[in-house]
Amino acid sequence: MTETVNLTIDGQEVSAEQGKTLLEVAREMGKNIPTICFHDATTANALCRICVVEVEGQRVLQPACIVKAGAGMKVQTRSEKVIRARRTILEMLASTMDLSEAAEIQQMMIEYGASSERFPDAERRESEVKDDNPMYIRDYSKCLLCWRCVQVCAEDAQYTFAINFDGRGFETQIGTFFDKAIPQTSCVMCGQCVGVCPTGALKPKREFLLEQGMSPSEISVMNTGRKQRKPR
Amino acid sequence: MIKSDRVTTTTCPYCGVGCTLQLHVKDDFIYKVTSPFDSPVNHGNLCVKGRFGYDFIYHPKRTTTPLVRRYLLEGKPKPAGREQVFAVSTDGKPIPDSKISNDWDWVETDWDTALNFVTDNLVRIYQRDGSDAMAVYCCAKATNEDNYLLQKMYRSLFRTNNVDHCTRLCHAGSVVALQQAVGSSAMSNTASQVIMNDVFIVTGSNTSENHPIIALQMKEAVQKYGAKMIVIDPRRIDLVDMAEMWLPLKPGTNVPVFSAMAHVIVKENLINHEFIANRTEGYQDFVESLEKFTPEYAETLSGVPAEDIRRAARMYAGAKNGAIYWGMGISQLSHGTASAMALIHLAFLTGHIGRDGTGLNPLRGQNNVQGASDMGSMPFHYPGYMRVDNLENRAKWEKAWNIEEGGLSLKLGLTTTEILSHAHEGGVRALYIMGENPMMSEPNLNETRKHMLELEFIVAQDIFINESGSFADVFLPATPFAEKDGTFSNTDRRVQRVRAAQAPRGMARPDWQIICDLALRIESRLGRPTAKWDYSNPEEVLREMGSINSDYAGITYERIDKVGLIYPVPSMDHPGTPTLFTESFPRGRGKFHQLDYVPVREEADDEYPFILTTGRLLEHWHGGTMTRNSALNEIYPEARVEIHPADAEIHGIRNGDPVKVQSRRGEIIVRATVTEKTSIGVVFLPWHFAESAANLLTNDALDPQAKIPEFKACAVQVFPARENDLPNPEIVLNRGRY
Repeated sequence: MTETVNLTIDGQEVSAEQGKTLLEVAREMGKNIPTICFHDATTANALCRICVVEVEGQRVLQPACIVKAGAGMKVQTRSEKVIRARRTILEMLASTMDLSEAAEIQQMMIEYGASSERFPDAERRESEVKDDNPMYIRDYSKCLLCWRCVQVCAEDAQYTFAINFDGRGFETQIGTFFDKAIPQTSCVMCGQCVGVCPTGALKPKREFLLEQGMSPSEISVMNTGRKQRKPR
Repeated sequence: MIKSDRVTTTTCPYCGVGCTLQLHVKDDFIYKVTSPFDSPVNHGNLCVKGRFGYDFIYHPKRTTTPLVRRYLLEGKPKPAGREQVFAVSTDGKPIPDSKISNDWDWVETDWDTALNFVTDNLVRIYQRDGSDAMAVYCCAKATNEDNYLLQKMYRSLFRTNNVDHCTRLCHAGSVVALQQAVGSSAMSNTASQVIMNDVFIVTGSNTSENHPIIALQMKEAVQKYGAKMIVIDPRRIDLVDMAEMWLPLKPGTNVPVFSAMAHVIVKENLINHEFIANRTEGYQDFVESLEKFTPEYAETLSGVPAEDIRRAARMYAGAKNGAIYWGMGISQLSHGTASAMALIHLAFLTGHIGRDGTGLNPLRGQNNVQGASDMGSMPFHYPGYMRVDNLENRAKWEKAWNIEEGGLSLKLGLTTTEILSHAHEGGVRALYIMGENPMMSEPNLNETRKHMLELEFIVAQDIFINESGSFADVFLPATPFAEKDGTFSNTDRRVQRVRAAQAPRGMARPDWQIICDLALRIESRLGRPTAKWDYSNPEEVLREMGSINSDYAGITYERIDKVGLIYPVPSMDHPGTPTLFTESFPRGRGKFHQLDYVPVREEADDEYPFILTTGRLLEHWHGGTMTRNSALNEIYPEARVEIHPADAEIHGIRNGDPVKVQSRRGEIIVRATVTEKTSIGVVFLPWHFAESAANLLTNDALDPQAKIPEFKACAVQVFPARENDLPNPEIVLNRGRY
């Protein structure tokens, strides 16, 4: 038998398996705590803080994705303080990056009444689309640094270690070592990173070309540079 | 942002792992592939082929119209000189265009015309020369339903067992050894159980490139579950980075190395007495035969230090849950059966079989090689591994196919390799090729080419006119995985759905429909009572097969809709069988066999001082029909021969230099990659590249029991060459990881 702990979430008493996070316990109760950087297939890192909750007696809000349920905890998942924090996080994201393809985050902005105009003077994190291999493109203007791509490239799936954080502070970006083009790195082009990207920053090349207005037949003749034998 | 018209869930067409794919379609164009994170086999992970390598479907070279040679259409007798289609004479000289008869031109036609020509010619040859003149290659890429129907057509209409497919070229050695030792030839456990192992052996398998998702699970087992991995392989493959031990043996010395491990396990009394007493037979004789295989003896043959052999043996025997995963490095030898048998003995001695997290696990190559074998696409077996020379089995299938008593052939058929070597007057005259590419996959291709030219009539049913389809008289355009429904059975024995995401391109038709249409024509021409070909959907085909093959008895499309089922599934309420042999083996007791060391057929000598071993790459698939017509070719565009720095220095070869690799059977020009990934005296070539085909060099020596060729070892010499000698000097592989 696993040990259980008793705690209160939004006034409801609940008995939870020891070791479970507040996010897991709350979700089992049917509560909707929003997440952005969290993914079932990656290790939770509490980077984006959208999942914060208020725990009585704690000075600051706690990220539900990594904080374990503890005996006697009193947790508020939608207190005013929590909602204000989430709204501010969304507004800061919206004022610095391109969320146009992050449908879930757009939905959250509506739900939390977040305004993309709140920080009009914010400097946007913009960069050119990196189109350096035939499989996928990287558009870091749409990157919110959730780190999921780095995680699946490393110990959460692929053990390839082709990408990591690059730069500091505002300049931080996901990058390859020495900013090499993808084919020059250890990348195996499995696209696990594309599979977990929540904002469309990483995208299959063919999807990208279709968006650029190319037709399926134009795309289909792109990679046929191989010498062709006389057809007989 | 593209909004998809639909998302179709299906199974990956590349390797045997069987990953779940979701094909995102817009305007009948697949623009993205994803995988659900709760997918049963791959948990949302894919490799480069599964995620990005489906674009061959749209390649302009894909043929979607039935084609026949002009001589057929004009009612002329077959012109001499099939070699004209390549504009190269039989002695290798180019034939000028003016000398090439236009009788061999491909002419586009309609399905009726093409199928009638096939019917005319197959029936003519059958009625003239009888069953032995007919042969068919089924296809491990096609669905279970396609394969079942094709073997049914040849067995029921042409009364021949000359039915085989590429399993002969990959795991035949393992299949025969497992059949003899335990009576069943599939993986005993599922690959995902690797996280339950505390020690596991990976041998003869470059898992990271050939079963990428299983390699991820192996790495996870090591990194997160504390398992110890022992890699036994001549190459320093990617997995070695995470291995507890790496035993770099000389190619072809598996039997002494594994037998020396058995020797240590017996001598140090690390055996599982209870398992040997209750579950096996032949132990005493086996132990006597083991005397000669001391670790020191194995060291002299394999180059692996005796102490390492001892340590590996102790580690595997001392495990609570030990398992063995192996690939082609075990089976593709002229003693492939013995080589797999030596591995099986290790499991018998230690009892590491019959429980979760243990097992004997040959990693099957193709997406559906397990299924194609299960469907009876083999010369000795009906579906369900029922021997064709058994009267009871014959009676069952005669009843199922509405055939007169005694109508089906009891004669064992020819294997893949034998079908072509029997292509001559009085032998095989007509060959039907569904999806296979023998002109890339057979050993000693110069010889294969001669055999192909000897054939009287060839039908190719494929999506491209590949190196083999070029020999054909009629080309029937089939559909790839994304344009048909059916099932694949993966290496775990999991039967999963394949679903059409888009309509067939052009006039292409799903294989199962082509076969049924053709079979009806042939049947009526032969005046036989119908064996039934009027299926309204592929599920009816699977159900017909499952009514006799009890492994599939409980499988319906509805039951496998979400996560598939792992056969044996003997009844409709059976949940499937992830772990085999928990109580007993299909043959009763596991049988030990006495083994001897037999060297590879062609050893290195002064003239040909290197051993060539062949294999595969992450970015490519087998004969290249799919991947060389894909963006995958952009990221790995040329063959490279791997050579050790010490050898390269002696021969004055630098990284990237063009070299000629020559064997007694042929030569190719490729660039060299100078790397410690290969060992001294051993060079490695991938065999995907038609313009520098490794199989021009390989040895067609066969394993006497399994008839599998010795792809993994032949003697070659390497000479410096000039840039201009390369088939495509302008193409250079430019990747950081290689």
